[in-house]
Amino acid sequence: MATSETKTHSPIKTVIGPIHPALKEPIKFIFEIEGEKISKVDLAPGHNHRGLEWMATRRNPVQILYVAERICGICSIAHSLTFCRAIEQAAAIETPARADYVRTIFAELERIHSHLLWAGVAALELGFDTLFYKTWEVREDVMDLLEYLSGNRVNYGIMQIGGVRRDITPAQHPRIRKSLLNYTILFDELVNMFLEDSVLRMRCRDTGLLTREEALQLCTVGPTQRASGVAADVRQDNPYCAYGDLRVKAVTPDQLLDEVRGDVFDRIIVRLLEVKQSVDIIAQCLETLPDGPLLAIPKIMVLLNHLKKAEGEGIGRHEAPRGEVFHYLRLTADRESPAAWKVKASTYSNLLSWIKMLQGEQVADIPIIVASVDPCISCTDRVAVIKQGKTAVYTQEDLRRISREKTRRLRQG
Amino acid sequence: MSISKTLNKSLWVYHVNSGSCNGCEIEIVATLTPRYDPERFGIKLVGTPRHADVILITGPVTKKMKEKVLRVYHQTPDPKLVMVIGACGISGGPFYESYTLAGPVDDVVPVDVYVPGCPPRPEAIIFGVVTALKKLEEIQSKK
Repeated sequence: MATSETKTHSPIKTVIGPIHPALKEPIKFIFEIEGEKISKVDLAPGHNHRGLEWMATRRNPVQILYVAERICGICSIAHSLTFCRAIEQAAAIETPARADYVRTIFAELERIHSHLLWAGVAALELGFDTLFYKTWEVREDVMDLLEYLSGNRVNYGIMQIGGVRRDITPAQHPRIRKSLLNYTILFDELVNMFLEDSVLRMRCRDTGLLTREEALQLCTVGPTQRASGVAADVRQDNPYCAYGDLRVKAVTPDQLLDEVRGDVFDRIIVRLLEVKQSVDIIAQCLETLPDGPLLAIPKIMVLLNHLKKAEGEGIGRHEAPRGEVFHYLRLTADRESPAAWKVKASTYSNLLSWIKMLQGEQVADIPIIVASVDPCISCTDRVAVIKQGKTAVYTQEDLRRISREKTRRLRQG
Repeated sequence: MSISKTLNKSLWVYHVNSGSCNGCEIEIVATLTPRYDPERFGIKLVGTPRHADVILITGPVTKKMKEKVLRVYHQTPDPKLVMVIGACGISGGPFYESYTLAGPVDDVVPVDVYVPGCPPRPEAIIFGVVTALKKLEEIQSKK
């Protein structure tokens, strides 16, 4: 996708990435800039390629589970759950009802932690550090709860083919309920802080626009798509796990403000509302948690033997915090490892929407627009501006400084 | 604890992702948030390797990132410390047999401190930084 030619006259060519100091993964952007306006955007992903799908054809399914968890450290439930669902379909394994509910609770806890993480990063990119620390403080509480339930802070190791590895006991319910109540109170606080702040509104309203038609044409998924007014959600459209028994409705920004603009502000609204929705879903799950076993095939050796003999194809779909995750898997008889495994993560579908969002915007808005998709990849670190043969280097700090100066200008003006 | 002469100022940290899964990244940022607050010791994340004393490297170093990791290493002024965060940077971890690995990290740049874990807890990362300081002190006292 990327070209290596450099121009020494207008439009100025600007490169961002692939190394960036703050968070996230390596990717490279090439911008063409006229004055302050971005006229053309191109991107070059692929720095993070680790050959996971190839490795999977050399390991047994239970080992792949741990690789699937490490596709992304933030969506570790999403990928392991989707992989489990794909292989369960291929090998015709029915998960017990209780395992489905426990899976749902974990998936929703992951959504809360991921959306709070994103809200913090968005505040940081706008130069609103207080809000960043506030949201990450709330997030630490979710991490504590996840650690309390699974034993791990990040890669939870909770999924198993045909069920889950740990139960949620009645003794643990009060601790979960206490946290849920906490989030409900803090949710109102966060909504106030994000939606009532006039400068935040000025920075985010009508920035990084993506219309409903463009969202559909570019096949975007998740909050990016819903913020543009497309009411699609795998949990609502194709219920799986316990979602069929629960009240789940796709969240669109008009549920709060009676209009859809498809800008960065709408993406903030959708994610905040989804935090509230997740709290609601977990509460419903706790009320109706059925009794029963946790695993369809409790013995690992029996499970592996069953999978070795199984033959067939399976697909798994899951609404991850960032959008739909899709796994395809093919098992052949007399072979322990799968013949094929294909993973489509949610950011993959959302990458190209950046091009539409960034065109015509200002350089100072790059960090927040790039972050608004909630990429597993964000790269606002090193920008080389080539102007009349001279090269100046923008670090991420410089970019953030430009972004903050704009906030300050707005606050004063 | 007295801090070595060469680094008797606050330790500034630069973070390089060489193809990691994001797990260590969010734990590094979680380390910097108010719960652990290492900024009271002057430890903070900076935006360019030229300002840094310590480079934190996460990920197993993919072939495409090798050259960039080396460039960051050479851009950091001496004396510097290299810390590897996470199992995949130490040994390749779950990605050990991948065809795209140029690493683990110590095949690419010299490493001073290893912080194991997948991902390591924030407490472990802070312990790693303290260990790095002690190591520097030892080197200083031998001279």
